[in-house]
Amino acid sequence: MDVNQIPQDKSKTYGGHAKIIYATTEGKYTSATSDGWQDEEYATLQAVNALTEQTQHAYDLVKSGQKSPLFYYMFAYRHDVTSLAQTSGFFRWQIRRHLNLKIFNQLSDKKLMRYAQAFNLSIEQLKQLPDQITSNGINDSFDEH
Amino acid sequence: MTIESFQHQHTAHCESGVMSTLLKHYGLDFSEPMLFGLSSALTFAYLPMIKVSGMPLIAYRMPPKTIIRNSCKKLGLQLNMYKFSSPAQGMQKLDLALQNNQLVGLQTSVFWLPYMPEALRFHFNAHNILVYGKKDDHYLISDPVMENPVACPRIDLERARFAKGALAGKGLMYTLDLSKPINHCIDLVPLIRNAIVKNARQMQAPLPFVGIKGIHLLANRIQKLKKSRKSDQYKKLYLGHIVRMQEEIGTGGAGFRYMYASFLQQSAYYFPTNQQTLLLDAAKFMTDIGDNWRRFASRTVKLCRNLSENGFYDVAQLLHQVADDEKKLWQMLIKAMK
Repeated sequence: MDVNQIPQDKSKTYGGHAKIIYATTEGKYTSATSDGWQDEEYATLQAVNALTEQTQHAYDLVKSGQKSPLFYYMFAYRHDVTSLAQTSGFFRWQIRRHLNLKIFNQLSDKKLMRYAQAFNLSIEQLKQLPDQITSNGINDSFDEH
Repeated sequence: MTIESFQHQHTAHCESGVMSTLLKHYGLDFSEPMLFGLSSALTFAYLPMIKVSGMPLIAYRMPPKTIIRNSCKKLGLQLNMYKFSSPAQGMQKLDLALQNNQLVGLQTSVFWLPYMPEALRFHFNAHNILVYGKKDDHYLISDPVMENPVACPRIDLERARFAKGALAGKGLMYTLDLSKPINHCIDLVPLIRNAIVKNARQMQAPLPFVGIKGIHLLANRIQKLKKSRKSDQYKKLYLGHIVRMQEEIGTGGAGFRYMYASFLQQSAYYFPTNQQTLLLDAAKFMTDIGDNWRRFASRTVKLCRNLSENGFYDVAQLLHQVADDEKKLWQMLIKAMK
């Protein structure tokens, strides 16, 4: 790819940053920057949006009392059962049980602490749903761009 | 405390970038592509048994730490590496190294680094960064994928270093061992030759999931997806996932293919004329292959937008073509290196 052909599509997924692409000028390689590529942005947004949808869905189920708050926090912190198992040290079947509100409410503080640590929350925070969905649990300026 | 002479470098990939910047700081002028190539880090792997957010793992480079390990081995350098059982110890050791004016490499989790764009903050625990100083309660960080150095609060850096999960770093930090003499005039020719031949073997390994066979396998999977009973939503996410793995995760474009082409071009000038020509031709060919990878990504996204019958076939065919071209390229390189 020639340096002049590097897409500069100002992708919002780059958060205002640029990244390095290796490309050629008159056949000779150099490193250049790109502030976005619409095809890549599409793929990234698709993944991010899928997560946002899952988080919203989870939020609604928790709010209506069908699932434990853990179900919401898992998606809000960009985990799935597999990665949460790796992070918290619980087995996947244990996590699936803990998504049940009744079982979750009986968990000891010791167990709750392991989840709280994985999300960097307090046990009190973990036990309740926030008033509204925080932007995937992390404060960033993603929506501003 | 800050290392005054430190120069930040913006690179494509975290591991090769950290190594290049670290070595440059100590007077060894190796570019990112050169270290990537010398470490035989290029690959292709399609691993359906390992899932990343529910999708098969697709990798275009060797596993984390390959570049750090191989480039040190090749250049006769030693890194002092430390892991910690307690975060407090890990932060103390970092402070100590900075007090001694040492440039420190760290393994961190992308998710917990507050300066990362949110769209890129996923649970990937093997992101490499350099620390070159500390001011008040902030660490001065040279993150290779950021244009400029950044400051990161102590508490966030600690969390990023000690995040648990797959590929957990356990606070891994590394510094260049300066007690060993550094060889500034290394003969690169044999190193480059071995690295290219090793990479060629990797790409032609007789395993279904890796290298050229792996690329064909992925192409077949895409073709089969057309008739699969999975939901359209899944198909779209699967296709998007392939593009993300190829382009989003700091590859320098086309799943590291452009970076490798740059390595071949840089390497050519160390060789006598006839081999030089062959290497330059190979670099050109690798660039064309990279262009095809990008074309594949574009068409895959187009298919994502509109799941057409022919689309699956076209995309799969293009990928088979890429695999065939890569096979030609690696055979060409093996011949050139004889």
